[in-house]
Amino acid sequence: MSAVVGQGAPIEDPAKVKVETPFRRFCSEFAESKLALGGLIVISIIIVVAILAPFISPQDPYDLAVLDIMDGRLEPGAQSGDGAITYWLGTDDQGRDMLSGIMYGLRISLTVGAGSAFIACMVGASLGLAAAYAGGKTDSIIMRIVDLQLSFPSILVALMILAFLGKSVTNVVIAIVVVEWAYYARTVRGTALVERRREYIEAAECLALPRYRILFRHLLPNCLPPLIVIGTMQVARAIALEATLSFLGLGVPITEPSLGLLIANGYEYMLSGKYWISFYPGIALLVTIVAINLVGDQLRDVLNPRLQK
Amino acid sequence: MSVYLLRRLIQAAGVVLAMSIIVFVGVFAIGDPVEILISPDADQMERERAIAALGLDLPLWQQYLIFLGKAVQGDLGRSFVFNEPALELILQRMPATLELAFAATFGAILIGLPLGLYAGLKPNSLASKGIMAGSILGFSLPTFWVGLMLIMVFAVQLGWLPSTGRGETVEILGTRWSFLTWDGLTHLAMPALNLALFKISLVIRLTRAGVRETMLMDYVKFARAKGLSPFRVTFVHVFKNILIPVVTVTGLEFGSTIAFSVVTESIFAWPGMGKLIIDSINVLDRPVIVAYLMIVVLMFITINLVVDLMYSVLDPRVRLDSK
Amino acid sequence: MRNSIRKTAMAAVSVMAVGLPAAQAQTLNMGVGSPVTSLDPHYHQLSPNNAVSDMIFDKLVGTDSAARNIPGLATEWRAVAPTVWEFKLRPNVTFHNGNAFTAEDVVFTIQRLPNVPNSPSSYAAYARPIVRMEIVDPLTIRFHTREPYPLMPLDMTNVRILDSETHANAATEDFNSGRAAIGTGPWRVVNHRNGDRIEFARNDNYWGDKPAFERVNYRMVTNDATRTASLLSGDLDVIDQVPTSDLTRLRRDPNISLAETVGLRLVFLGLDHLRAPDENSPQITDNEGRPLGRNPLRDVRVRRALSIAIDRKAIAERVMEGAATPSGQFLPPGTYSHVPGLEAPEYDADAARRLLAEAGYPNGFRITLSGPNDRYINDSRIIQAVGQMWTRIGVRTAVEAQTWSTFVGRAGRQEFSSFLIGWGSNPDGSHPLRNILATYSRERGWGASNRGRFSNAEVDALLTQSLSELDNEKREQLLIRAQRIAAEEVAVIPLHIQTNIWATRRGFTHQARVDELTRAQDTRPAAAR
Repeated sequence: MSAVVGQGAPIEDPAKVKVETPFRRFCSEFAESKLALGGLIVISIIIVVAILAPFISPQDPYDLAVLDIMDGRLEPGAQSGDGAITYWLGTDDQGRDMLSGIMYGLRISLTVGAGSAFIACMVGASLGLAAAYAGGKTDSIIMRIVDLQLSFPSILVALMILAFLGKSVTNVVIAIVVVEWAYYARTVRGTALVERRREYIEAAECLALPRYRILFRHLLPNCLPPLIVIGTMQVARAIALEATLSFLGLGVPITEPSLGLLIANGYEYMLSGKYWISFYPGIALLVTIVAINLVGDQLRDVLNPRLQK
Repeated sequence: MSVYLLRRLIQAAGVVLAMSIIVFVGVFAIGDPVEILISPDADQMERERAIAALGLDLPLWQQYLIFLGKAVQGDLGRSFVFNEPALELILQRMPATLELAFAATFGAILIGLPLGLYAGLKPNSLASKGIMAGSILGFSLPTFWVGLMLIMVFAVQLGWLPSTGRGETVEILGTRWSFLTWDGLTHLAMPALNLALFKISLVIRLTRAGVRETMLMDYVKFARAKGLSPFRVTFVHVFKNILIPVVTVTGLEFGSTIAFSVVTESIFAWPGMGKLIIDSINVLDRPVIVAYLMIVVLMFITINLVVDLMYSVLDPRVRLDSK
Repeated sequence: MRNSIRKTAMAAVSVMAVGLPAAQAQTLNMGVGSPVTSLDPHYHQLSPNNAVSDMIFDKLVGTDSAARNIPGLATEWRAVAPTVWEFKLRPNVTFHNGNAFTAEDVVFTIQRLPNVPNSPSSYAAYARPIVRMEIVDPLTIRFHTREPYPLMPLDMTNVRILDSETHANAATEDFNSGRAAIGTGPWRVVNHRNGDRIEFARNDNYWGDKPAFERVNYRMVTNDATRTASLLSGDLDVIDQVPTSDLTRLRRDPNISLAETVGLRLVFLGLDHLRAPDENSPQITDNEGRPLGRNPLRDVRVRRALSIAIDRKAIAERVMEGAATPSGQFLPPGTYSHVPGLEAPEYDADAARRLLAEAGYPNGFRITLSGPNDRYINDSRIIQAVGQMWTRIGVRTAVEAQTWSTFVGRAGRQEFSSFLIGWGSNPDGSHPLRNILATYSRERGWGASNRGRFSNAEVDALLTQSLSELDNEKREQLLIRAQRIAAEEVAVIPLHIQTNIWATRRGFTHQARVDELTRAQDTRPAAAR
């Protein structure tokens, strides 16, 4: 690996090296892709909307007192019965304003997606790395737990956890972490197994560098590319899994719908032409996930030491 | 090597044992199967009779030991719902699920690999960008939603494919397979595509990432410098290297495809074991749940073992320690 | 754009409907929403199983589509003495394998009921009142009971008759494999694939009306949207449990017709009667979330307020899309022991607020309303709508939906303060009274589904009286009085009675049944074709 890094170094102009901190270089490399930059902007907007939802949404979609089933399934642009609100994106079966529902739903979906992917990544990557580096007993114990975990259908795990703890956003996150961490562990271990036999690790070991330093400074960065691929995909997967759990009646509470639950609810109305109940949340979900992935793709390219020019 | 295999087998037995305990306790915690299965107008006496008939009146540990004793002899208990041996029920349904999972996996590799290769070799072309955008759609759309859309388009509106169910089957060695008849294939197409969608995206992305990385490696540069044809470079040098992550992930995904075919099977009314397990979970049919999970665990362990073995074949640097 | 897609779809569907080949019309493709778990007619009490059993087997007493008793394998029956019922059997009836049907078979069947191994929900209760059976002649049988037992004919509508010879040692598996699935009914089993489909052929020697189709492909398609889609695509000819969300579209579609009838299943709210007036109910607090120190649900004014706060018409029209009838009692009009004049409570939010204030809760309280989300039609939508309505009279309601497997256990352990549940009645007031409104008692076998633990001595006394009254008119009056008292006490809050809906493609008609059973003999080719 040192050879590859060394190869990139001589090209750099000595004058430029002075002003270029690693962070700046990272930023400028990231900005090379206009698409990724666009994705980043979209994500930022989505996050801002999600955070500010209580202040900017026309209605609090989680407050049963303001909903009225007589306003249920209204078309986009319709007025509420008392004329107070215009439902720009229509309403769902409970008379919930879809626009407000989507803004609040984004909050839940992002929390579930990012939260569970982050925690699962932390847990999984650490264990995978430990397994690959330590080998022997540690390795086989961790990998057997991974096997055990991967062999449980996520739906059963979720059902059990949610039956134990009750329906809530936190519990859905817990359920998804329990389901997903093993993927990270296996992936990291797989990559690390290859990497640890490479020359640069052997060199580092010869230099008698401390273990944690070899693990986190040398081994981990080289395991990052697949981790980021899996990580960004898992955010998407977590959001989709949450939607599927909702579809099976196990996800977040029905009075606090996520994007997934909105889609699952509206899905039943697709055949009768009331498309807006699941179409608009679907678009919101799609845009969010596409943006996350655009950023993730570019991050991977930038962070990958082997792709450095 | 054989020591290694033996150790893995012993570990596998441990995993299966641990899992059966977790499932026993887990199902017990969710609810009472008799409450669900009993006719609503059954009186208290009838309820007690049913609890005793299903052996649920004993303490949980005793129920578990009885189960274990029988399991050692190959009897995983009888389904509460169907009153048939749980193992038989699952084995009856297994070919349908395996068929679906294989079709989805092959489809994913067949479609995903070339597209990923193309996107990796020509990362800046418009087509590549389109492929990548498509792959994002593939894993961001919820499976159940895509499933219904497929039915709406191909069955209801175009009328090209049958909407649900498994088609005509042919019996080979005592099991029924539907992919050998035209009718069976038309029934298989939509659910397989639905199930494959996520994996196609996965394969595309893994392949593309691998290709882009490998193209910059010294040995590839060297191979090109040596004047080898681009074809040879791509398909011998690059291809071999990117196969590792693709094999790992598709291998792993095959197991989860089987486990997660639950949604696809229930949307397409596909009579596989995924549909059986979701029905069984809904009524807490514990013998079937336990038996199903044991089979799935065994399958996973086998797949993992195969993946590890293939690793050592594909990448000589990975050695299987037998110490 | 959307319009053109729809037109294409319609064109596609109509081409299929018109181009139906004659041979194919001989096979009827049915899609049902609930899986059939066994072909053994005495293994598991479950509507889908009963429906299929009704295709293969017959009962002594049949029921018509409105659940009225009609002659089945018995041509007539009466109580010859207070504790003796006599059934005259139908002559010249044979089983699918040619064996003749006689009184011996009835005796064998009744004896088998309590002896089906591993049954999770047996039919033993129907054998229990019978202490002795007496074969008078091969076509006459008498059942002797310990006490006068007016419900005997009703019980016999649930017992499918087997052949003493064929089924002597038949186990549930033998029925499932099709080997022992031999009855006197209109259909023979050709092939059974567990949880997937059952294929039937017509029984040409059937004693009753001949079925219109030669073969039936009875498929289980549990996903609602898929079932509708399969009907639209022409893969299925008849589907049951039509989702209410598709009703608008299907009503507009000229290629689809619907068969509907008001059913026997009441959806209602159960309330916590178990906690004493000065105890806390588990899911009720004051407006700050602190324990209330008393159980407001023990005050009839509170229960009445919660009942009239609900706009049942709005729920029936908006949530159920018309597929429900608001109701104030368990049985629909026209059914035996329906309480005349007991209408669905009128919606009146102001009166509800006044009642709450009178009861000492001018600012209301907080409550959690629980319900299943996979059991009854639109169950989780209904509890949200009720939550809206209760919140509007000051009872701030949190709504909690969970899967039936979790829900039913918790409801049975009295963990809820208020919960939505349903009850499919037999067409006889004693059925809901005994199971839901009577005081919970293990010894008497009463109140087994009385999950709120309502208890009223007068209701119990009237029920006791009715259970030994052989005069149908007098019995009806007793049942009506008992139900009226329970309604005045607001034992439960009735919401609506579900409408049972089947949808067929053009060219088929289906006879809707109040008991929700989907049977192939109820489908016929449409007269127009």
